[in-house]
Amino acid sequence: MDTNKTVAVIGGGIAGMEAATFLSARGITVYLIEKEDKLGGHLLDWERLFPTMRNGSEVVKFLMDGVKADNIKIMLSSKLTAAEKSGKGYNLRINENVDLFADAVLVTTGYDLFDATKKEEYGYGIYDNVITSADLEKIFMSGKALQTKQGNVPKKIGLVHCVGSRDEKAGNVYCSKVCCVTGVKQAIEIKQKMPYTEVFNFYMDLRMYGMHFEALYKKAQADFGIQFIRGRLSEASEDQNGGIILKVEDTLMGKPLKLTVDILVLLIGLIPAKGSKEVGELFGLKNGVNGFYKTTDQHTLTNSSNVDGVFFAGACTSPKTITNTITDARAAASTVAAYLFNYRSLERKIEQNEDFWLYNTK
Amino acid sequence: MIEEGKEKVWKDYQKEIAEDNYFYARSCIRQNFFPGSEVAFLRILKELGKNLFDDPRHTTCTGIAYHSDIVPFDTTMTVVARHFALMTEAGLKNFVPSCITSFGIYTEVLELWRHHPEIEQKIKENLLKATGRTFEKPENLAHSSDIIYKFRNEIANKSKYRLVNKETGKPLRVVEHIGCHYSKMFPEKGVGGAEYPLVLTGMVQAWGGEVIDYPERRQCCGFGFRQYIVQANRGYSVACSKKKFESMAPYKPDLILTNCPGCPYFLDRWQYVVSEMEGVTYGENNGGIPVFTYEELAGMVLGYNPWDLGLQLHQVPVEPVLDKIGVQYKKEDKYKGVNGKDLGRPESPSCLKI
Amino acid sequence: MKTFGYTIQNDRQIDFDAADKKLYRYVAEKEPDINLCIFCGTCTATCSAAEFKNMSFRKISLFLRRGLTENLKREIESCMFCGKCTLVCPRGINTRNIIFNIRKGIEEYEF
Ligand code: SF4
Ligand code: SF4
Ligand code: SF4
Repeated sequence: MDTNKTVAVIGGGIAGMEAATFLSARGITVYLIEKEDKLGGHLLDWERLFPTMRNGSEVVKFLMDGVKADNIKIMLSSKLTAAEKSGKGYNLRINENVDLFADAVLVTTGYDLFDATKKEEYGYGIYDNVITSADLEKIFMSGKALQTKQGNVPKKIGLVHCVGSRDEKAGNVYCSKVCCVTGVKQAIEIKQKMPYTEVFNFYMDLRMYGMHFEALYKKAQADFGIQFIRGRLSEASEDQNGGIILKVEDTLMGKPLKLTVDILVLLIGLIPAKGSKEVGELFGLKNGVNGFYKTTDQHTLTNSSNVDGVFFAGACTSPKTITNTITDARAAASTVAAYLFNYRSLERKIEQNEDFWLYNTK
Repeated sequence: MIEEGKEKVWKDYQKEIAEDNYFYARSCIRQNFFPGSEVAFLRILKELGKNLFDDPRHTTCTGIAYHSDIVPFDTTMTVVARHFALMTEAGLKNFVPSCITSFGIYTEVLELWRHHPEIEQKIKENLLKATGRTFEKPENLAHSSDIIYKFRNEIANKSKYRLVNKETGKPLRVVEHIGCHYSKMFPEKGVGGAEYPLVLTGMVQAWGGEVIDYPERRQCCGFGFRQYIVQANRGYSVACSKKKFESMAPYKPDLILTNCPGCPYFLDRWQYVVSEMEGVTYGENNGGIPVFTYEELAGMVLGYNPWDLGLQLHQVPVEPVLDKIGVQYKKEDKYKGVNGKDLGRPESPSCLKI
Repeated sequence: MKTFGYTIQNDRQIDFDAADKKLYRYVAEKEPDINLCIFCGTCTATCSAAEFKNMSFRKISLFLRRGLTENLKREIESCMFCGKCTLVCPRGINTRNIIFNIRKGIEEYEF
């Protein structure tokens, strides 16, 4: 049931892959355009997934099975460099030398990771033994043992929540949603590999909103003895042996607390992708207050943009878990199809409210 | 410690510091605490060929009284405005306070006026009514340690000594302490920011020493004005300094370098107090860790006579540092006044070795 | 008066109904940011005073809301106005200005 319709999907991460799969199933030809030389996006750098501890590679494999369809043209190392409206669709230019036409465009540019050097007081890039959650995944994936820079087995490890999220000083006031449970997952993984290492999570609130997240939290306490201290890290310094001295307030005790750890893990947040900005400029896409793309409506038109024929899926509109991204990608495929085949469902309108949650960020 | 990481931070916090023509605002306490420092500053700038006006009509900025809740902020702002008026009358545009707390006050007042021009207007009227003076705001505000930082390489070129142990050839190990009001309130107004300030580090590096980053570097010295002023609160003040000593001592520093009026005083004198009260000392051979102001250190590398720099007024003797570097000085002149008159000897502490 | 060898226990409940919010309203009017605190304690952890004194900006922020002016008066004395707490607050609260206004309020109302 070929339809002679064509959709360009910009970004070959989870959202792009799954949306391409579901679009192709409707007989739509898909150009899946990815700037790297591999599909999979950030998922390729993540070893195991919460809350199941499944290997990320299994999900990649599942997604790869989907994009094997004949009517999906995978374009790797490809970057969108120009876009021009042509009739109802778009003429797109890839890498300055390839031109193609698409009846609709689905943007799936995902997110970037917060640059932890911006939190100067935490010493990332300055102290030897401060790493990010992403660095930790890379170490897990390499199969190497987690060691201090000095080559010792860490006896104490601290994980700091909300690094670059919920922080006006970092310029990001929103919650990144995935890092709390990632912190619990990584704490457990450290304990699984090094049962004699003490692990501490420093948090403001533990946001265990997903199904089974709370159970994972409880498991971290019950089976792994991970210690949760309610206080946000104010500053870190380095001692003579490369240890990291933490200063937090133990807010439940009402006293400042000092603790030296051998490795400090910063649970970095998700920020709007640089790629989203570039693609957004080509099409004239609007961003919301936090710099992620602004969807037409918060509740209902969650895959539509301000530009006719351009749609969104995945974490380019807000931080999302893998589960949510996959669901969102399928919804986006549906929405794009509704657009291409003039379904009545897309004619519905809803009145827009002011962004009342907008508070002045200084 | 990854030095390149710090250098990256430093690039983000570079402030503009005027090249020449300064209006100097002295501190109201430094001349008692470390009497040679401000004089040394004047001499260094003169030798660098810089134009500086040291106005005798200049007064306290009221900082201490403000921080002790004695003077309302409106009064403080009016006094600040008067100093700007003196600068304007002198035809100068670059304001250089010698005190860190003054620097904090001036910065704060300027920031407040930037956000609330109506307050500036009110203060203008107050000043005019009270003194008949008018003023322009400074084009450039820099602390005097910023100025020395700016000319650190020129000073290094003219220097007679380097911060190097002449026996071992190794750089001296220096720990630094920045006055809280230098950059904690407005990190972008301090060279290097608040977390890894560069202002003193830059001097030490330019003059051949090595800076040691110790864990409690950011901790306050405990001066805090209202804390120290009430005798019963001094235990709190000394505890702050003690926390720093305990943190830096394992690194065996050769000296402490500071840029605030209160910090060197407290870091110096509290070593004596801790030694008397608890019998603990932090330096080599039951001695203390010598403390320097940046002007004293600059003067020392430039080869000024240590006793002209007022180094004899330190509680922790500075001679170990002078000897390590190989500074030539006359022992017998230590307690002589400017006219060669004997000033007498201070009593010896019971525990701290001098 | 008789003692019977014991005392009648004081109530340690926070009486929110009886709380005097005058000072809170005064400060909130001058610096509405006080309402943004999420009690994360970053301010306290970085505070040089908190390490030695019963001083916590986080608690001060709570005392203010609960009308516990006596506790607040005691704690606030130790602040050295260094501003480090303002630097680290994730909610961008001008903590230093709040302390300043609390002190002014205490004076004004002669608590
Ligand atoms: S998910 Fe947790 S760690 Fe991440 S930003 Fe939200 S509260 Fe902070
Ligand atoms: S750092 Fe800010 S938000 Fe956190 S407790 Fe202090 S004032 Fe409240
Ligand atoms: S301004 Fe006061 S409360 Fe804030 S860190 Fe400094 S001493 Fe502590």
